[in-house]
Amino acid sequence: MKRGTTASIVKYIRPRTFPTPFCAGCGHGILLGAILRAVDELELDFSQMLFVSGIGCGGWIPSPHFNTDTLHVTHGRPVAFATGAKLFRPELNVVVIGGDGDIASIGGNHLIHAARRNVDMTVICANNLIYGMTGGQVTPTTPLGARTLTTPAGNPEPPFDLSRLVAAAGATYVARYSVWHVRPLIRSIKKALQHEGFAFIEALSTCPTQYGRRNENPTPIGMLRALKRDCVTVKRAQDMSEEELVGKTIIGEFVS
Amino acid sequence: MRQGSWTKVPSALKPGRHFLQGDEACAEGAIAAGCNYYAGYPITPASEIMHHICQRFAQLPGRVFIQMEDEIASIASVIGASWAGARAMTATSGPGLSLMLENIGYAIMTEVPCVIVDVQRAGPSTGQATRPGQGDVMQARFGAHGDYEIIVISPWSVQEAYEEAIRAFNLADRFRVPVILLMDEGVGHMRENMTVSPKTPIYRRWKDPSQPPFGGVEVPSMPAFGEGARLLVTGSTHDAWGYRRTTDSQVQEQLVERLVGKILNHRDEIERTFTHFCEDPLDVLLVAYGFTARSALGAVRLARGAGVKAGLLRLTTLWPFPDDVVKGVGAREPLILVPEMNRGQVLRQVQRVVPHAIGYHKTNGELITAREIWAAVQEELAS
Repeated sequence: MKRGTTASIVKYIRPRTFPTPFCAGCGHGILLGAILRAVDELELDFSQMLFVSGIGCGGWIPSPHFNTDTLHVTHGRPVAFATGAKLFRPELNVVVIGGDGDIASIGGNHLIHAARRNVDMTVICANNLIYGMTGGQVTPTTPLGARTLTTPAGNPEPPFDLSRLVAAAGATYVARYSVWHVRPLIRSIKKALQHEGFAFIEALSTCPTQYGRRNENPTPIGMLRALKRDCVTVKRAQDMSEEELVGKTIIGEFVS
Repeated sequence: MRQGSWTKVPSALKPGRHFLQGDEACAEGAIAAGCNYYAGYPITPASEIMHHICQRFAQLPGRVFIQMEDEIASIASVIGASWAGARAMTATSGPGLSLMLENIGYAIMTEVPCVIVDVQRAGPSTGQATRPGQGDVMQARFGAHGDYEIIVISPWSVQEAYEEAIRAFNLADRFRVPVILLMDEGVGHMRENMTVSPKTPIYRRWKDPSQPPFGGVEVPSMPAFGEGARLLVTGSTHDAWGYRRTTDSQVQEQLVERLVGKILNHRDEIERTFTHFCEDPLDVLLVAYGFTARSALGAVRLARGAGVKAGLLRLTTLWPFPDDVVKGVGAREPLILVPEMNRGQVLRQVQRVVPHAIGYHKTNGELITAREIWAAVQEELAS
């Protein structure tokens, strides 16, 4: 069977866990598939992989769906839990998956310290710019001016550039792609899974339910088209002026 | 056999007498018990445990030490390591325990053996960091949210800091529960002689990947990550195989009742208490724990010297609270005094089973002395 196909990755799904709990149009299912395709194309021993996740929609990507060891922990702490498991059992390929609220807000401290230590793990942040599960509140990655449940007049706070933050903290592999850019995302996950040291991938995801509908982009396809429209590669961005880059998100590898 | 196994291993320290500090003895007890993962964060008066572990682990193969970014991360990584198969520990003081409590609740819910040492200091808040206190008795028992049982042990000597650290690891694996070793600054910073026996008893958790890791029996099997068990671990309400069942009232109830029952049904294995001079009917019974029990024993001797029949019931296990022992020893005694370095946290528990007990409290960050307790006894006997 050809590696990386849907038929080939079904074997990684834990029985009795589909359909997923994700809303119609959620980008997290695409990311779920991208992670498993990367595992499959690399022919990794799935039984030696540990997936750690926290609270939030992003935390539900591996737990319960991935049919290997999964540790679904308290809100914001998956990177710290993963550090203990990795240090005690270094042969495990440890992957943390979580949303922007989990990884960047409540878990921000653990994220930067794990990057500083260069702990050998992969952290994939499913960044959908919003707290989805709890009803659509502002997160540290919500764009300036965006409307959320807790910023009805528009977000007054500037967001983190997560990839730059983690790169500055010392991560040795940092990349950002989106669930529209699936093939480069899979390639990036494959590199991260093989990388020795702390690898961070910011996977831009979509939340039409909580983010899109409050920000004049209520449809799943509309949100995906916006990712296509607004993301520019590192290479292309080099030739763009600051004015041209307003409203754009740079994707690609920042540290590799 | 659906349980783990006991073995005896040669002790890590040379058998015989050692002159150690309480914090160091606690660290040595952990090492003797096979502790092979330690994560911590600096805090007075518990830092010596981390220093000692750090130095000793460097000499011992296969043991992992890390100083984490905070107490939340410390306990989180301890739980992660325990699921990876480690015998894991962290140590802190009251403020750090407060930070750890959410994840201690997670360890309760996902049944993770681990040891948390709290060397108590005078609070609340930053309080007096270098001064003793016993104000964390309730925090240790009830600090995490939800209904649960936890094991809390309070040593009174350097010897007990060593022995109870070993027992804490064994109880943690026996019942798949976090165990809190509730020391105080007095015991933690005291130096005295202790004896190391040639062999250390070790209980190892049972592992059977064919058995459900979260049900079926009181204390289920616990395989480690990477052993092919495809563990599905979550702090959400879960069934015996770990599947989330967040709206099933029956699963929720069964889980909570089993988590509580696996502790309360085995009080005999967990409770450890001692009586001193309690053979005959007494004029006064002192009930004490931790460093204060040393002063209480001194007060008993002072009283006996003055012809007052005094005795001491010393509690090493604080939680589950040894109701029957306290009732058995205390019910017949006319005067029961509970001295403690707080406003009566254990006193209320004693009163629950022996209502006429009274307390002697001290919250000024100083140790309670034998003379103070003896004076309080005299005052009560005179009134």
